[in-house]
Amino acid sequence: MNDEILDFDEVLESYEPALGLEVHVELNTASKMFCGCSTAFGDEPNSNTCPVCLGLPGALPVVNRKAVESAIRIGLALNCQIAPWGRFARKNYFYPDMTKNFQTSQYDEPIAHDGWVEIDVEGETFRVEIERAHMEEDAGKLTHAGSSGRIHGAEYSLIDYNRAGTPLIEIVSRPVLGAGAKAPAVARAYVAHLREMMRALDVSDVRMEQGSLRCDANLSLAPIGSTTLGTRTETKNVNSLRSVERAVTFEMRRQAAVLAGGGSVVQETRHFDEATGTTRSGRPKSDADDYRYFAEPDLVPVAPSAQWVEELRATLPEPPAERRRRLASEWGFDEIAMTTLVNLGALGLVEDTVAAGASPQAARKWWGTELARRSNEAGIGVDELTITPAQVAEVQRMVDEGKLTDKLARQVFDGVLAGEGDPAEVVASRGLEVVSDDGALAAAVDDVIAANPDVADKIRDGKHQAAGALIGQVMKAMRGSADAARVRELIMERLA
Amino acid sequence: MALTPEEVARLAGLARIQLTEQECAELAPELDVILTSVHQVAEVAGPDVPLMTHAMPLVNVTREDVVRRSLTPAEALSGAPAVEEGRFRVPQILSED
Repeated sequence: MNDEILDFDEVLESYEPALGLEVHVELNTASKMFCGCSTAFGDEPNSNTCPVCLGLPGALPVVNRKAVESAIRIGLALNCQIAPWGRFARKNYFYPDMTKNFQTSQYDEPIAHDGWVEIDVEGETFRVEIERAHMEEDAGKLTHAGSSGRIHGAEYSLIDYNRAGTPLIEIVSRPVLGAGAKAPAVARAYVAHLREMMRALDVSDVRMEQGSLRCDANLSLAPIGSTTLGTRTETKNVNSLRSVERAVTFEMRRQAAVLAGGGSVVQETRHFDEATGTTRSGRPKSDADDYRYFAEPDLVPVAPSAQWVEELRATLPEPPAERRRRLASEWGFDEIAMTTLVNLGALGLVEDTVAAGASPQAARKWWGTELARRSNEAGIGVDELTITPAQVAEVQRMVDEGKLTDKLARQVFDGVLAGEGDPAEVVASRGLEVVSDDGALAAAVDDVIAANPDVADKIRDGKHQAAGALIGQVMKAMRGSADAARVRELIMERLA
Repeated sequence: MALTPEEVARLAGLARIQLTEQECAELAPELDVILTSVHQVAEVAGPDVPLMTHAMPLVNVTREDVVRRSLTPAEALSGAPAVEEGRFRVPQILSED
């Protein structure tokens, strides 16, 4: 079943999108939210569980103090009010990713509420209001067994409860209105902004591919000029910055087609399909969404004192906007360059690369173009590439020293990304160093001239542009490891 | 505001408790007595009585972020009705989320 979609431009002629984002951040505490089990990713299944996170009878949860501190710090960074008193609540549902038949969460007393962040998209500043940020726990990981690998048609499911009980902070935005054509970019920039913020706070690994930062995108359309919001859908499983943008774009086009055809949008959960860039219907909102929240009787309230909150406020990193202004002035970059790096999630990477000795221009060049392209092709964040700022700085140092050309540098990146080791090891194993030994180069130049007497004659007659053909052949003979400018010099010396 | 058999049926569905129509009809007035009784407590407590969710007036009971020994996978799975590949095996799940 393929959904009808409208051209993006046509959507904008008639409708105004309203965007709402729910972002889940897995905290990087060593232990779980309510018990001392490890939160390590990728351990043997069911090796990090205990009576508390398995929900065995009689087990009593105790709150992880560091998780509360992280929640407060996140709240403060989001310009939120911190609730002086709040309880946990049981969100009741029946699904085997939780053994207790409820998720311990917060309901009407979130630890942080009423904040905002400002993000820049293509030179325009958008203020995203934060409704709330609350503490909860993650669920176990299900694997659906069967022909499709998906839940539909699965014969049974297997569960690993290692992740169950990992501390989560859910950040809920208020509807973002007025973004128009920029709605997909705003969604992406918002998630990128939060990712950068969480990294600066050092509260989460924020690795979208591992699920430590997850995004659900709510979207509705209303006819232009309408004062009421349309019916929204909630798209889940949006696990990269690029997917956030694509999912919002697709939902705008799909909902517009439904509305333009005289239909009405069904309020439902939808799932994003990375492969096709489309969303598919999950299930309609129903009785099952009545979670019958009630205050968690096994936990006492969290009541952060003003003094505790102020102590935590003092630990906050430089606010993102100030940091950007400072770096822009230190590096001499304009607003567009900075925005590009922020949206790429590469600001910290460039900063670290500069700290490792590269010039800001060189750091920006590699991260902003070459490495950005590769991460885009791989469908991952640029920070998820298996190359470090120190390695990028090392490659640039070799370029500066004349040991590598930019072209060879790209091959060094290939090798590092393929796991062949540090840049120096890749250069050695792949034989990538620029040949500065004029002896070998001169021999190659002589061979090429001898093999192309007619071209050589043209150059002798003053047709210098013909040298390009010879340079190409010499470079080919040297397998790219020669400096083209030096090759030209040698050819011209001989044919002057 | 009496509880109706339909409301009992809906709550039973949410709680995954199977009740017959007759049971719903019988339970509605019985539960109503409980709700009415609890409501009387709410009437007695004026605005001067603070909200209480625990018998002890405790807040901020926390633990340090320290990893403690977990169960072994074998121990964790020992009560599972079915196990496969070190994981709990559960029957087909019909609806998503």
